[in-house]
Amino acid sequence: MFGAQAVAHTATFVPPTIDEFYPADILFAGTPFALNRILLIRVISIALLLLLVWLGVRRMRVVPTRWQGVVEFSYDFVRKNVVDQPLGERQGRRFAPLLMAMFFSIIIMNLTEVVPPFLMPSTSLIGVPLVLGIISWATFIYVGIKDDGGWRFFVHELFPKGVPWPLYILIAPVELISTFVFRPLTLALRLTMNMFVGHLLLALCFGATSFFLFEMPMLWKSLGVGMLAFGLIFTLFELLEIVLQAYIFTLLTANYIAMSLGDAN
Amino acid sequence: MLTFAAVTAASESHNPLLPSVPDLIWGTVCFVVVLGVFWKYALPRIQTMLDERSEKIAGGIQKAEAAQAEAANALESYNAQLADARAEANQIRARAREDAEKIAAEITAKAKREGERIVAQATAQTETDRAAAFRELKGEVGVLAVDLASQIVGVSLGDDAQAKAVVDRFIDQLGKADAAAPEGAAR
Repeated sequence: MFGAQAVAHTATFVPPTIDEFYPADILFAGTPFALNRILLIRVISIALLLLLVWLGVRRMRVVPTRWQGVVEFSYDFVRKNVVDQPLGERQGRRFAPLLMAMFFSIIIMNLTEVVPPFLMPSTSLIGVPLVLGIISWATFIYVGIKDDGGWRFFVHELFPKGVPWPLYILIAPVELISTFVFRPLTLALRLTMNMFVGHLLLALCFGATSFFLFEMPMLWKSLGVGMLAFGLIFTLFELLEIVLQAYIFTLLTANYIAMSLGDAN
Repeated sequence: MLTFAAVTAASESHNPLLPSVPDLIWGTVCFVVVLGVFWKYALPRIQTMLDERSEKIAGGIQKAEAAQAEAANALESYNAQLADARAEANQIRARAREDAEKIAAEITAKAKREGERIVAQATAQTETDRAAAFRELKGEVGVLAVDLASQIVGVSLGDDAQAKAVVDRFIDQLGKADAAAPEGAAR
């Protein structure tokens, strides 16, 4: 019966593929600065972030206007929960610019996943997460060498205290790889893969909705409504994911920096 | 068919774990711009404003506390002044009453003395006047008696016995008054 209908209606469902993430270049094609749709979305979203920040802080008042209040609330939330919580207030002040730039860049680039007409998170391309992961990695190494003392930092990281010395043979290489290789990679991959899969999931749901509603006969349309409901539920879920990934990335970076500060903190 | 193969081949060549050069460049540019704006512009402004605000709030609280303390001080000193003034007023009133009593007593005493003096003086004057009058009268009475007697005698010779009786009684009375006079002068 299904087969008969499928034969009767020549429409075929094409699921979203990995090619979603490799659209044609629009600007500066062929140069290293080539902008395709996703990179254009990235640039636009960052411009939007800067505009919002500028609107919030251009005329700071002791008694805040409404938008300044929103900006202040966001600042306060990130400062307290992401920056100061692992780092403390003094060191928090030092690293606030970096961590806040990370948090808000990631969140705005994630947010285009669910905002029309973009509907694509530019963090699903690994470039930005990798750059941010490397910056995080370079920062905690720099902080470790500068604040904990060069050699001492590596000793602290590779030979954790309270472990019987024969175990160092086993632990030191593991620590070496986990700290200096896996940290930036896991940061980057966690973010990219979540946004990558999230986008494919939404594209699949809404693609199927469109397919069942508009290209299939009566009974199938009900399935389209079901897919639409799924799509909306996943959109809410992705909204959570958008904030959560920015939060996790920044919080982990702050924690790595706090660990590097060691006793100096 | 050929294009389809080309498309699949193209999609297989994409590895989502390997970044493209433009992706890296635009990622770096975007983040560096955001970092710069946050670091040099947005966060210092927010921090300055927050510091200013907390300073203002702390200052406001301090100011309010100072004002309250000042008000309490003022109230205290006002109350103290009031109490002082009240005590002083009481003192003044008491002193005034005392003074008034003293003055009243003095005046009364003075008046009494004066009265006594006047009475004494008047009494003495009266006495001297009386004594003087008496002395004068005593001198004149004889003359008057003689006059009277001569008149009586001269006017009514027919009534001799009666005139005699009048003169006798007059003389008698004068003698009594003469006997009483020294007694009244001594008094």
